[in-house]
Parts: sequence; structure tokens; C-alpha cells
Amino acid sequence: MPIVTLLCLIAIWEALVRWFGIQSWLLPAPSEIGRMAIEWRRELAWHSAVTLYETAVGFGLSLLVGIPLAVAVVYSRILQNTIYPILLALQSMPKVAIAPLLTLWIGFGALPKIIVVFLVCFFPIVVATTSGLATVRPVFLELVQSLCATSLQVFIKVRFPSAMPSIFVGMKIAITLAVIGAVIGEFVGAQDGLGYLILISSTQSRTALAFAALVLLTLMSIVLYYAIEILEHFVAPWGARR
Amino acid sequence: MPTIEVKDLSKTFRSRERTTAALIDVNLVIEQNEFITLVGPSGCGKSTLLKIIGGLIRPTQGSLTYDGHAVDRPQRSVGIVFQEPALLPWRSVLDNILLPAEILGLGMDESRKYALELIELTGLTGFEAHDPHELSGGMQQRVAICRSLISKPAVLLMDEPFAALDAMTREDLGLELLRIWDQDKKTVIFVTHSVPEAILLADRVVAMSARPGRIAKIIDINLPRPRTLDVEFVDGFRDYSVQVRSVIDQGQKRGTAKAAVS
Repeated sequence: MPIVTLLCLIAIWEALVRWFGIQSWLLPAPSEIGRMAIEWRRELAWHSAVTLYETAVGFGLSLLVGIPLAVAVVYSRILQNTIYPILLALQSMPKVAIAPLLTLWIGFGALPKIIVVFLVCFFPIVVATTSGLATVRPVFLELVQSLCATSLQVFIKVRFPSAMPSIFVGMKIAITLAVIGAVIGEFVGAQDGLGYLILISSTQSRTALAFAALVLLTLMSIVLYYAIEILEHFVAPWGARR
Repeated sequence: MPTIEVKDLSKTFRSRERTTAALIDVNLVIEQNEFITLVGPSGCGKSTLLKIIGGLIRPTQGSLTYDGHAVDRPQRSVGIVFQEPALLPWRSVLDNILLPAEILGLGMDESRKYALELIELTGLTGFEAHDPHELSGGMQQRVAICRSLISKPAVLLMDEPFAALDAMTREDLGLELLRIWDQDKKTVIFVTHSVPEAILLADRVVAMSARPGRIAKIIDINLPRPRTLDVEFVDGFRDYSVQVRSVIDQGQKRGTAKAAVS
């Protein structure tokens, strides 16, 4: 059904552009975008790969740092009181404002983009993991407590698996933000990536190419999102059942 | 193997607004391999008493001893079954049963063998690899019972284990529990709010009354074993029912009268 709706919208778009004879630099017809995408497929593939790389690395880093930090926060009252306000402050800062600074400090490579992606993904992952770890069903804890389990056993056998569905919720929110983060980074200063391509082609009035890049970005987001959903299906299927 | 003794035990719960006396002056001696049921209205502290005996909650006053040794934390020799099955959804039936063996560091080969025996004993054969959500409530509680038995505990604590089940499943599981207990005797302390269930299962029924929770009367049940549902039609059974019920009702009336005064 969503595909049918989408096709209808594209058809209407095409018809309107042709009917009113709208200039291609203002609003290109879908057929024009398609033609452009095929013509520029090499460049599009390369820039997509760059953006995908920045997104994936930044997202991966946020998991690598965010999940252990959430564990630390759950087990330490002091960390909870000291780190959480800082996290919140960090989250409240607009990443668009941080991006130019990162470029200033680090330069034009992939690293500043990876850091922006990391920053936007970090917060949802920490918050979701923390809440997952903190809201284990009391009877599960009572059960392992009655078995004289050590805190490490409680963590491995109950707390962490219990938190998995929550962690996946955080990951799904984060991954949709991740692609946006990469594009923000590329907008500020870059030599490649889909964000860079959009910026350059719209300043050069190659609007169809900008649209093609935009479509690819959207597709990338959707594919990544479903990749995580599929991963969840194999790793933590009990979350989706609840 | 433990004789469990509860002496002059009281428990009050404190919150910011009020303190509630959950249990007052509880004295109880439970002999080895005895089947004890704690029965009473809700709020009589029977679950609290069970958790104190299991070392999960500490009493405010009084003492708990196993064979004369003071106990203030969970013991390896005790298995617990809760009102809900509390099966970990990420583990299969077999792995859920093996959880205590892993945590207690028991021999895994041996435990696996014993788990399969228990699975057969409780009629779960064929469901070893199933996930808990694929099982009915009764089957899930059977798994929980297997899990509580895997460590071969000397004492089994059961906190209204059949309360969430329908009447027929409940009777089935009760009789099954008796069969398991007959084969492999252990001390069982079983909390319930069903008077017939309490009498059907028990050597002794500990009838409790509410507000504050206290032991109203301890009644020896001299009905022949092994028991079946037919026991419920014996005259003696009816007498016991009347006895237990009157004790509980009295307690409740007194509780209500007090509440009305205050």
C-alpha cells in the first residue's frame, strides 16, 4: 500500500511539472531526477559510500561509548548525579552550531562528521540503555537474589538481556538521526559525501542532482533503520513480542 | 537438613507517611520434610512471612534459624516458586530450568540430565526448546517448579504459585506437586488464599489473620496420603474447612471491628 501511494504522488508530481512547464532548476520532474541519477551514478555511489561510512562509524562509536556509560550510570549514584546533567547540556546544544567548530579544530576530513554523528546518536542510546537497565521486572531480580547471585551474574543473566529491547529502541531513534548528523557535518565543510553533493549541486542549479542525492539519503536512512530492526529480530526477539 | 524455626518475629514496613505492621509475634517451628501451608486473607502477611523465611526480607524483630543457625540472607538449600512463573523470555524452557544450576555453579552435565528428568516428571517432554511465551500459564508454572527443584533444595518455598491459574489447572498442579513431594520428600512451605487447596496439600495448615498479620491457629491435617481430589469429599475434610474458615473469619471480623473503632 505505501508503495502505491508513493507511486501516485510521483505520478502527480511528474504531471504537474510537465503541465505547468516548471523549470528544471526550480523543481525537476521525477523522470529528470532519475535520468540525472543514472548519468551521475559513479559520483552518487562514491558520495553515498562516504556518508554511509561516516554514519556507520559515528553510530558504532556512540554504541561503544554510550552503552558502557549507561551501565556505569545505573550502577553509580555519583555518576548519575554528575554525568547526567552534562549529557543533558550536550544534548541541548544545537549540533549545527558545533559542526563549524569541529571543522575549525579538526579540518575537512571524515572525523568531524563522525563526531557530529556520534554526538547526535549518543544521547538517545545512553538514555534508552539506562532506562532499560533500571526497569528490570522486580520478580526477575528477586529470583536471582534468591539464588545468591553475584552482581556480575545479575548483570549478565538478567539486567543486560532485560535491557536489550530498550537498547534497540535507542538504536532505532539514533540511526535515523545519524544520517542527518552526517549531512550536517558535510554541509559545514566537506569535499565529499551526499550532503556536500546536495550543497554543491544546488548552488550550481543542478537541482535534479540534489534531489537524487536527497532520495539516496532517505533510502539510506530507511535501509539502516530496517537493518537494525532485522538485527533485533535475531538478537532480541522477545522485545518485539511484548 | 533444616528444621526451620521462626521466633517472636515481627515485621513493620516504614514509608514516609506511615508505618504498617505486617507481622506481629509470629512463632512457628517447621520440621524437616513437612508440608506446611500458610493460608489467610490478603494483607495477612503470609507472603511476607514466606519471604522472610527465604531470607529475601529481613524481619524487624525476632529470629529465623535453620537447624539452630541464624539466617539473614537467601540460602542455597532453598528453592522458590513465585506467584508468576517469572521465566526469562530470552531463554528456552530447558535453559530457564538450568538457570539456578548456572548461578549456583552446579555440574552442568548432571544438571542437564536432572532437568530432563524433571521435564518428564512434569509432562513437559517435547517442550524443552520452546520459548516461554509459547506455553500456557499452567505449563509455564510447571517450568518454574522444575527450575526451583533443579538445585535439589531441602526446602521449597511457594508463594501462591497457582493463584493465577484456572481452577482445573490449579487442582492438577496441586496433585502433581504432591506426587513430586511424595517421591522426593522435602520441606515445603506453601502460601495460598484458598482454604481447600491449603487443606488438600498440607500436613499442617497455618491459618493467619490480617491487620496486623499474625498466626491465628495451626491445624494438623490428619488425612491419609497419597491424597487425591476425592479427599475433598471425606467428612474430615469438611470439618477442617469449617475450622480453618472460622479462624480466618474471626480474625477478619476482629480486624474490621478495630478498623471501625480507629
